[in-house]
Amino acid sequence: MTDASPPQTFQMDGHDVAFTPGQSILTAALAAGRYIPHLCFHPEFTAHGSCKVCTVKVNGQPHASCTTPARSGDVVESDTDELTQLRLNLVQFLFAEGNHFCPSCEKSGACTLQGVAYELGMTTEHYSPLFPDRPVDASHPDVLLDFNRCILCELCIRASAIHDQKHVFALSGRGITKHLIVNAESGRLADTALALSDKAMTVCPVGVILRKRQGFAVPIGERRYDHQPISAVAVGHRPKEDGHE
Amino acid sequence: MTTLDLAAMVQRHGGDATRLVQILHEVTAALGYVPPATITELAARLGVSRAHVEGVVGFYSFFSAAPQGRFRVRFSDNITDQMAGSHALCQRMLDAFRVELGEVSRDGLVSIARTSCTGLCDQGPALLVNDRAIARLTPQRIGAICSLIRGEVPLPQWPENLFAIHRLVERRDRILAAVMQPGEGLAAAVARGKAATIAELERSGLRGRGGAGFPAGAKWAACAAAPGPERYVVCNADEGEPGTFKDRELLMHHAELVIEGMTVAAFAVGAQRGLVYLRAEYPFLVAPLEELLARRRAAGLLGRAAGGVAGFDFDIELHVGAGAYVCGEESALIESLEGKRGIPRNRPPYPVTHGYRQRPTVVNNVETLAAAALIARDGAGVVRDVGTPKSAGTKLLSVSGDVARPGIYEYPFGVTVRQVLDDAGAVATQAVQVGGPSGTLLAAREFGRRIAFEDVPSAGAFMVFDQRRDMVAVVENFARFFAHESCGFCTPCRVGTTLAAQMMTRIATGVGSRRDVKDLARVAGVMKAASHCGLGATAGAPVVAALEKFRPAFDQRLRSLDVVPTFDLDLALAPAREATARDDQAAHLDEESP
Repeated sequence: MTDASPPQTFQMDGHDVAFTPGQSILTAALAAGRYIPHLCFHPEFTAHGSCKVCTVKVNGQPHASCTTPARSGDVVESDTDELTQLRLNLVQFLFAEGNHFCPSCEKSGACTLQGVAYELGMTTEHYSPLFPDRPVDASHPDVLLDFNRCILCELCIRASAIHDQKHVFALSGRGITKHLIVNAESGRLADTALALSDKAMTVCPVGVILRKRQGFAVPIGERRYDHQPISAVAVGHRPKEDGHE
Repeated sequence: MTTLDLAAMVQRHGGDATRLVQILHEVTAALGYVPPATITELAARLGVSRAHVEGVVGFYSFFSAAPQGRFRVRFSDNITDQMAGSHALCQRMLDAFRVELGEVSRDGLVSIARTSCTGLCDQGPALLVNDRAIARLTPQRIGAICSLIRGEVPLPQWPENLFAIHRLVERRDRILAAVMQPGEGLAAAVARGKAATIAELERSGLRGRGGAGFPAGAKWAACAAAPGPERYVVCNADEGEPGTFKDRELLMHHAELVIEGMTVAAFAVGAQRGLVYLRAEYPFLVAPLEELLARRRAAGLLGRAAGGVAGFDFDIELHVGAGAYVCGEESALIESLEGKRGIPRNRPPYPVTHGYRQRPTVVNNVETLAAAALIARDGAGVVRDVGTPKSAGTKLLSVSGDVARPGIYEYPFGVTVRQVLDDAGAVATQAVQVGGPSGTLLAAREFGRRIAFEDVPSAGAFMVFDQRRDMVAVVENFARFFAHESCGFCTPCRVGTTLAAQMMTRIATGVGSRRDVKDLARVAGVMKAASHCGLGATAGAPVVAALEKFRPAFDQRLRSLDVVPTFDLDLALAPAREATARDDQAAHLDEESP
């Protein structure tokens, strides 16, 4: 990709989107200011495509846009009623799967799941909630783990393994019993190598990994997605002030 | 508790973390489960994180980090077992030991659970006890098993006839009638040459017999052409599709043909190592397969200069799965071979270029390899000359359910469903599930359709339901199966399969509503469009097909309301009834009372 080579493009919802080789449909679209709803993708980590919220149609076939390489000439559909319905259902699946009570959640207003749900126009979770039993882990002096809100995006796992080189987090179980675990025989976060300075502390898109004694430092109403919708924040429109952190 | 020399065990496996699943089998055989302290020590000795080992233990149905009974009983829960009375037999055993399903008796003697299809549908109901399989369960056999467990008789001392697996082969064709001397296929391949062997396979039109039907020759050619210093051949013997047991027959009585096929594949693509991934539900195949491999080594057909071919150093090892249907998907199978949770990979890249240990790998079904051995010896015609133009060769069908003669039937592709039903002695047939829960549900008006990739494809299952059967119960069994076997990686399958199973259970137990029916179709659509692999993509298919073809069976179960409250006051009293051992009328709320 020298300056001389002509830019490669694919078409998305009728617009040309330029990309550089190696970019996925999602990263190219975001860089071009075109938002595709997503949850488990983070620009600093290799995409793995588990949440499927970023599903688009590529030449008529559904694919997760975060793991699908951008290809010259492809025709991509993203902002259609059909795909919005699909994404809405996936987000409703996640709300039904965990225990998500936004009004009492410390992350409300700065939560990616909530932000995407608003973006998709979700008004109810539709499906019967599963109400899983997920005890919190308050063993660590500085960090609370509230597993009720986990959407299994694996970002903390990836951050701890790749960035922090610690493997503090992992998954166990299978299917609907799949759950986040920590690297300790006791099963307690206090007995792991987690430190406040870890990357894993900063990547949770929902309210699982929380610093203790920092509740409501930013008032509700002034948080990240209170100023602008997630679709604007995600493509780089800076909010007036960054909520939460 | 038995003490375990983990240091020696890990050393026997070369300290290789990719052997983790095999190591966990040894731990489980010795201790009955994998204690937390053992997980910690194993992780340290293998140089991986503790959480990784815990995650692998937690993924597979046949491993547990919580204590299990000294006798671990698992009842096969395929619909054919259920139709043959498995639930009542299971209840009989639960009552005998006063234990709840999925729990361990207080004295630690026995744990009783259900497991997905164990591949003995032609002679069910079946169960597994520790590492042994028992078929043809009857109340008398359950009584005998209970006595043996109560007497704590070690499994090797149980009467051998309990463990007999009957051989029910009803129709033989090219594969089942073949007689091959060890090494014949390899010798023919060597005489023909590597490229010509692959060309012969391509000419035969052989397509993968695991269900997807990918051309076998193209797969071998792609692997042979992929750059890299080492290559692998993997035999997919993780026959997990409920209702399928044809690989069991091939590996029990035609294993020489299958291993010959692996050897031919290795010669053709230039592989140094072969791996057989055998499902844990077939423990009775482990010793015979190990003996066969030893015989072939002794005969010079495996090992250095295999078959006397200078430079062809090839050997095969056996890996045993641990109760995870998703590992039948080739990339999940490779993850499992590498000692990890069996999560399907993102593709591309495909295994033919980046497979086992990221090396070029051919993964073929048992039946595909058997056919490949015949092609090597007899030429492409052995497959090309039978079947249909798009589906060359023969197909082994595992026929079970409501038929007079269940068992293995080998037909040329293109056989009609009706022909199979007639041959198997089926009467008053209501429906046939071809290819297992992820396959095609056919109603009577469709019995003229043909088993072929271009019409009704099949990985080998052929389950027959006569007019007595409740199709809602059939589909509910399938829905529960998918929920149990979803790997949980992607949202649509992880949550969708569970929501679908809950709705099906509501409908089957008479508390479903029209809304459940509508939502079932909606959930199936989400799973089909957005799932990561074939498991989720097909999980909704039986429900959708049943709603289309057997709608009256659903409608008569529904309450007439659009919405049935999820909270049922009478149901909420169930724990109280259980605690007080009451189930009389006064312990129930009247339907009409507020």
